[in-house]
Amino acid sequence: MATVESGQTAEAAQRTPERRSAPVVTVRGARATLGSRPVLRGIDLAVHSGEVVALLGANGSGKSTAVRSVIGQVPLTDGEITLFSTPLRRFRDWARVGYVPQRTTAASGVPATVREVVASGRLSRTRFGLPGKADRAAVERAIELVGLTDRAKDSVEALSGGQHQRVLIARALAAGPELLIMDEPMAGVDLASQDILAATLREQVAAGTTVLLVLHELGALEPLIDRAVVLRDGCVVHDGPPPRAVGQHSSPSSSSRGGPMPGHDPSPLTNPGCHPHAAGEPLRTGLLS
Amino acid sequence: MEILQTAFMQRALIAAVLVGITAPAVGIYLVQRRQALMGDGIGHVAMTGVGLGFLLSTSAIWMATLVSVAGAITMELIRAYGRTRGDIALAMLFYGGMAGGVLLINLAPNGSNGSLSTYLFGSLSTVSPADVTAISLLAAFVVLVTVGLRRQLFAVSQDEEFARVTGLPVRALNLLIAVTAAVTVTVAMRVVGLLLVSALMVVPVAAAQQITRSFVVTFVLSVVIGTAVTLAGTVTSYYQDVPPGATIVLIAIGVFVVLTALATPLARRRARALRAAEAAAVPDGEAPDVNVPAARRSTDDVTV
Repeated sequence: MATVESGQTAEAAQRTPERRSAPVVTVRGARATLGSRPVLRGIDLAVHSGEVVALLGANGSGKSTAVRSVIGQVPLTDGEITLFSTPLRRFRDWARVGYVPQRTTAASGVPATVREVVASGRLSRTRFGLPGKADRAAVERAIELVGLTDRAKDSVEALSGGQHQRVLIARALAAGPELLIMDEPMAGVDLASQDILAATLREQVAAGTTVLLVLHELGALEPLIDRAVVLRDGCVVHDGPPPRAVGQHSSPSSSSRGGPMPGHDPSPLTNPGCHPHAAGEPLRTGLLS
Repeated sequence: MEILQTAFMQRALIAAVLVGITAPAVGIYLVQRRQALMGDGIGHVAMTGVGLGFLLSTSAIWMATLVSVAGAITMELIRAYGRTRGDIALAMLFYGGMAGGVLLINLAPNGSNGSLSTYLFGSLSTVSPADVTAISLLAAFVVLVTVGLRRQLFAVSQDEEFARVTGLPVRALNLLIAVTAAVTVTVAMRVVGLLLVSALMVVPVAAAQQITRSFVVTFVLSVVIGTAVTLAGTVTSYYQDVPPGATIVLIAIGVFVVLTALATPLARRRARALRAAEAAAVPDGEAPDVNVPAARRSTDDVTV
């Protein structure tokens, strides 16, 4: 909550390791199918308070499905998910979660201004009530965070691809979330906007926001990432420091055929229970013990 | 004003205004969700309700409301849960609804295809006092929902997946939009007719958004356009003896064409103003995307 409303705390707050104890997101033995195809084959994942975790993997590895299951958009066939120590089924406190869906546009069939789209992110707090002064201020602050104040009255249709993505992120920040979940926030974003997005995110992280994001490549966000979780064929094949070979793991030839990433040995975390072609018992990485 | 002195024209004008307000008010959410033709589908289903009303000798409006609400809920459920063949299921519903209406009205003792056609194309002279009461009540419901819940309906129609993560009851709101659209169809049925209802939901919105940038202005302008064209069409049909529904829809399309023609120079002027503003803000020719207030950065710049 301290992220959007109070800018001053952002300067003071430092990321301290002690804060990273309470799990914000836990995923245990998650299995999910799309149609008849198993997409998640027993995923274990824990994101602790203040952590920035990137989900990496090739197309079809299940990384997008994984984050969408965390916010309840993809039903699990097995396993369990908790948000802020509450089982997902009973989780109602959605104002604590900011979600940036995988989109290339913030526009819909009818014109809408940047402010109108960002204001819809505040509904997790106002619900069916009328927005007050604080709500409007939070919306303006969120727009300011992504550097679109001068475009607030413009139609989102008039924006560039990178600016669309910034609108979507501002919408997620409008409620002042403690946990940001982003699905490919850098897809189709020009380099200049990537830097702005990275700086926005860095401020959020400095203020203590926990971040779980799906990335195709680390790119401009690399310095922010505390931990990378690499998925392949619906299984976790790496959970640890971000891989050195930046941007290489995303090419299909290197990630789906060979190891999870070139120059990085995946064997310490490759779990025999989650072999790509032998969907056996749920994977236990030991992270949650 | 001679037109205001006959009782049936007074009723017709009241009905026209109510339709002009409600149809675009619901239509804007359908257009936003890219379901512009949903009103058309509901219109087909409502025909069964009209036929049922004739057969059971009850009010055609209330029976059409019941049946089209049921049809709209079915369509929404098919949309939400349906798999790949959703379009086929919808087609069954549309054509089944139309065929059912024709069959039932011919079974009714006092019904014929002729009496159905007043519902299909609209007929001002047959709007009864009871119809006006029904239309007013239904229109009040539509306005309450579309204005009162505009923020929530906007969010759900803009990005359904995001709306779910804000904790809004998305399924209930989707059903509410479907039910409100069905109610609007029956409100508009007497004036523009079932076959042209969808036009009045979509065309004023399409016309308004040619020159608008925000949702709120689009909403207000499309309601203004809707009211203006229904009034103009009603008055024209009184003096020229042409069917009101067709007249209203053609005037609405005329407004759309005029606003589209106006939009091009307007967009050019806006683009010029924007370029000028950006040039002023970025004197050294920097790309506009990196033009962020530097004072906001609380941490060092990220190096790639």
